[in-house]
Order: sequence, then C-alpha cells, then structure tokens
Amino acid sequence: MTNPVFERIETDINANPVVLFMKGTPVFPQCGFSARVVQILSHIGVPFKGVNVLEDMEIREGIKAYANWPTIPQLYVKGEFVGGCDIIMEMFQAGELQSMLKEKGIPVSAEA
Amino acid sequence: MAMQPAEIEALIKAALPDAQVTIEDLAGDGDHYAATVVSEAFRGRSRVQQHQLVYAALRGRMGGELHALALQTSAPA
Repeated sequence: MTNPVFERIETDINANPVVLFMKGTPVFPQCGFSARVVQILSHIGVPFKGVNVLEDMEIREGIKAYANWPTIPQLYVKGEFVGGCDIIMEMFQAGELQSMLKEKGIPVSAEA
Repeated sequence: MAMQPAEIEALIKAALPDAQVTIEDLAGDGDHYAATVVSEAFRGRSRVQQHQLVYAALRGRMGGELHALALQTSAPA
C-alpha cells in the first residue's frame, strides 16, 4: 500500500523543477532557515514553488519521513532532495548550487 | 527540555567513535547549536548522507528537543 502523503509529495516535486518545503511562504517566510534558502534562490534568480508546511501537518511530517531528514526547509530539484539550509548555504558559497542547477537545465541568473 | 552541548557530543561520539566534535551554542537557549563534526565515516559520502549519519546518532532528537543544529561535516584531511 503506497503512502498517500508520499504520493502527494512526489506529484509536487515531479511537477515543478524546483520545490522548497518551507515554514511560511516565499513572500513571508516564518523561519530564519527557510528565509535564508528563499534569499539564496532569489539571489541566483531561480524560480521555485514554495510549499508551506505550516498549513499542512501531513506534509510537514510526511516530508521528513520521505527524505529521512528531520528538519524544514527542504529543497528538491528535479524530484531529488538536495538538502536543508546548511547544505544549500555551503553549496551556494562553493558555487556548487549554481553548477548543479545548470547541469539539471535550470537557468541561473546572477553569477554570485 | 533543551539539550546540553556535552550530551550532543556524547551522542555523536557514541555513534561515530573517531569523531572530533566542536559545538557552539548559537542562542544560549539550549536548542540552537552549530556543530562541526570530523569523522572517517564521512569519507566518500554526500553532504546529505553525512548529515543523516549525525541525525541518526542524535536518535530522533533532531527537530524535536533540538530545534536547530547547523552542521559542518567533513572527513579528516
């Protein structure tokens, strides 16, 4: 019996190239870590879909089990879990986030 | 119930005996920490896998008692 919550998650991450499961919305992040990832994605000009886990308890818990990752935010690119706030920051500073996105065919604007 | 740095270190070392662990209290409230962990167990693993090893060592406290743990992981140079 497949997990209905996992199915909902998979539909979302396969329907959108870049998905950020976060607390709050891209315009009103309600957690410092979520806000930081939003800033990074906006800085490099990458459009993304924000999923506000605070509005959906099933997803909030389901996404942690799905990725075997205990915290929010979580970034997915082309259906693949990339990391939480620490990893995205580390990758951004090393320029790896930008190169990974380009490799997956996602345009990145600013060469930060 | 917040966690003490020594408790976090002990849990990580129980799972990763060779680990060198440094813990910094970010907010003084016992649930926002930054930690650097250096262990041979990380060699050849992706960042996500490295962090998952640390989260597993914390046996479910991550995201619960421990609200935030900014992690820097690496294998010994």
